[in-house]
Amino acid sequence: MAKLPIAIPELVAQFGPTLNRIPATGWNADVEPDRLVKTHCCFCGQQCGIQLKVKDNRVIGFEPWEDFPFNQGRLCPKGVKRYMQDEHRDRLKAPLMRKPGAGFVSVRWEEALDRVAGEIKRIQQTYGNDSFALLGGASLTNEKAYLMGKFARVAVRTANIDYNGRLCMVSAGAASKKVFGVDRSANPWSDIPLAKAVLVAGANVAECAPITTEYLWQARENGAKLIVMDPRMTPIARNADLYIPVRSGGDIGVFNGMLHVMIERGWINREFIAQHTTGWEQVEEVVRKYTPEYASKIAGVPASMIVKAAEIWGPAPTSFLLHARGIEHHSKGVDNCLAAINLVVATGRIGREGCGYAMITGQGNGQGGREQGQKCDQLPGARDIENPEHRKYIAGVWGVSEESIPHKGLTMVPILEAIHEGKIKGLLAISCNPMVSLPNNAYVREAYEKLEFFCQVDFFLSETARYADVVLAGSLMEEDEGTTTNVEGRVIHHQKVIDPPGDARADWTIICDLAARLGAGDKFKYNSPKDIFDELRVASKDGIADYYGITWERIDREKGVFWPCPSADHPGTPRLYQGNRFSHPDGKAHLQPVEWKPAAEETDNEYPIILTTGRVVSHYLSGTQTRRIGALVDQYPQPLCEIHPLLAGRLGIADGDFVKVESRRGSVTVRASVVKTIRPDTVFVPYHWPLDRAANNMTVRAIDPISQIPEFKICAVRVSKVAAPHDAIAELTMEAGGVR
Amino acid sequence: MNGVDSMEFFIDYSRCIGCRACIQACEECDTHRGVSMIHLETIMRADSVQTAPQVCMHCEDPICAQVCPADAIKKTPDGVVQSSLKPRCIGCSNCVLACPFGVPKYKVEINQMMKCDMCYDRTSVGKRPMCATVCPSGALAFTTRGNIERTRQGMAIREWQFGGETVRTKVNVLVPRGVEKIDVTVEQIGRTTTDEYDVAVLLQGA
Repeated sequence: MAKLPIAIPELVAQFGPTLNRIPATGWNADVEPDRLVKTHCCFCGQQCGIQLKVKDNRVIGFEPWEDFPFNQGRLCPKGVKRYMQDEHRDRLKAPLMRKPGAGFVSVRWEEALDRVAGEIKRIQQTYGNDSFALLGGASLTNEKAYLMGKFARVAVRTANIDYNGRLCMVSAGAASKKVFGVDRSANPWSDIPLAKAVLVAGANVAECAPITTEYLWQARENGAKLIVMDPRMTPIARNADLYIPVRSGGDIGVFNGMLHVMIERGWINREFIAQHTTGWEQVEEVVRKYTPEYASKIAGVPASMIVKAAEIWGPAPTSFLLHARGIEHHSKGVDNCLAAINLVVATGRIGREGCGYAMITGQGNGQGGREQGQKCDQLPGARDIENPEHRKYIAGVWGVSEESIPHKGLTMVPILEAIHEGKIKGLLAISCNPMVSLPNNAYVREAYEKLEFFCQVDFFLSETARYADVVLAGSLMEEDEGTTTNVEGRVIHHQKVIDPPGDARADWTIICDLAARLGAGDKFKYNSPKDIFDELRVASKDGIADYYGITWERIDREKGVFWPCPSADHPGTPRLYQGNRFSHPDGKAHLQPVEWKPAAEETDNEYPIILTTGRVVSHYLSGTQTRRIGALVDQYPQPLCEIHPLLAGRLGIADGDFVKVESRRGSVTVRASVVKTIRPDTVFVPYHWPLDRAANNMTVRAIDPISQIPEFKICAVRVSKVAAPHDAIAELTMEAGGVR
Repeated sequence: MNGVDSMEFFIDYSRCIGCRACIQACEECDTHRGVSMIHLETIMRADSVQTAPQVCMHCEDPICAQVCPADAIKKTPDGVVQSSLKPRCIGCSNCVLACPFGVPKYKVEINQMMKCDMCYDRTSVGKRPMCATVCPSGALAFTTRGNIERTRQGMAIREWQFGGETVRTKVNVLVPRGVEKIDVTVEQIGRTTTDEYDVAVLLQGA
């Protein structure tokens, strides 16, 4: 019974979030660390190199790692203060079991693991194998992501495993696969400063991928023109050559309109198109009607901006497209990406120095986490779970029969829907916090409350873990070892820095022990994460995401290796598609025509304002980690509703007023931040907070038909001035969901 | 001249993204761990997302030291203006009021002025200052003049005009080519609002 055992304020008092403000050895200068460990930040897909200072098995500080090529010592505030998640009061140090009326009680590992395995068996025997689902996460290492996929198919034998990359990277991935046959950024970041035109579409680079800023500014120093599309004037938009304040969901207007102008003016590489692509005629046909005037109505910006964008992008000798959640978090997220990529392919500017495109992966292992088989439709090496050859190969690696591997299961939002419908009765989850991160939080909460059994593996008691029957105390990134794959496709090595505290355990050992209890112990005999990586290498061999030639030793020596890397003597592949060879069997890029369509929920008289959601620089995802670090919370303590003075004036709202932002599904009460840097038809609320401060109370449970990503970036709301709330949740600290 | 001496500090305000990595990293510096010495100004948030980092500019003839009645503020031979000397500082805040860049701050808890010393503990052993090492935008950089001239379009200058007062600083600021000194006029200080970054205005089509 996945219900809260005691009231939320009582849980907060016991498990936080509380703030860690002081390093483990105090603010002393005279403490000499025992070791300085070269590893990586865990707080976004860029995976910056960082050195952690260790004394007596405690992380006590950091030092920049200037030799790591991607970031050369640069860090954002999350990276600087990441070490403050260690030695934390809220850290789970033993398995917990829910005790109604009393909260959670610590239990021995044997008891906790027996209970979890017993419930998996009971539920599956009663309702069938697929009635038990697994949720993973894109903050897991490649080794753990691989392990979760194998655990689902070999030990639990359920089709229903998916992961929170479904909320992040899947639109970009699906679009790239459609056009090029590969789901990866096409270029290393070192190509960005070599481009003469850079288009940043729906990416708040300064806050969500801060290190990328230097690459953009360097491109401009080298003479590039920068175009930024965003409903808000973000810090990089402020200094762009052309800022297009596109209406959320209107991106296709800009992309198709630009292509229309480029065709008209002859800025199309027809030779490249003829030799290396398919589908151009259909694209040309579709964009014919996207005159700047027509496109401007969709985009919600002046036609002159679209023309100017085409004039910058069209004739440029080299160019680079970057896109992120702003265009991907839509029920037409894949279409948005396809329309953007058409601008790259139509010019033939890809696969060479300074020419290409990238998706800015958001989560720590957003790239690798989506290749190793924890997606519902995927096997390791980014293989297809419905492809008989792929199934056969992986069955061989795992030592199981091909028939025993389940087929395609449900994606994350449909898993929640299946729980609602009573088809899924049990859930084991790791590295995700859907009570904050999924759209329509009330619906999510109702789903969890219907589960017969719910187990969460976590290091802190997240808002979702509060609903668990059993919480298994797992490991932080620095308490385990493994690899991740950064935003560029560079596979890097997270060193083990310290041991997990108390009785907490490395996640991979927890999964392996559960597998053994489910009768699959012989398939999960690993001595270390390195054994898992070596099996992953074999499992990925000859797949699209081929890691076979990558070893931990090579990663350390070469400061990362880019996949595909099929053999030990292969240098890795920083830049894809060189020589205009694309990864479809015909070697061509498959252009896709895209027509604009409205969002699932557009504004109307009752809910006349667009809500768009996103992130702030000092918080990571659902905030489970960063809402526990004092310095990061001080920087942005609570969500604010950004609103333009024209709209605020009409509604009688002044800066700092409490406002209720309300959709058909729910509301938040937060303070208003009245700023001219947002479209007057749109408000923005960042999503890192829970409960009555959760932006996802309002968002709509609509998903892209292909990628199944939720539409976080647009729904309809109304906004009104209200009195300060004083209920029990509002009185909580801000990091816990309160408001001041 | 060793390698460190040829390294200089450069600020490019136009690059700043307001992420506050500099502030977070500054307080990790060993000599003043737990206290950040760099300031990040949010210029006019209602109008713009513009922000500007402010380190000590390390004036050639530091005004803070000139006005100090206790002679507590010293400059190193290589031109770095230090925090006040604890045994001398009387906490009068003359320096706080006099500095044209608003850098020194009086710390009540310790009854002493403290300020950015360009991470002297780091720079004196060949490391870069914390803020300029972590800055993700390159708004703060600690590198050679040659490297800046090779990689930036702007020009690095270090001469300021505050009314009748000319101030030369060790720290450089990147400005558009052709600008020889930064003239801080009264009109600029008095300016309080702008529509330059108003999205509603942009949407009307300029």
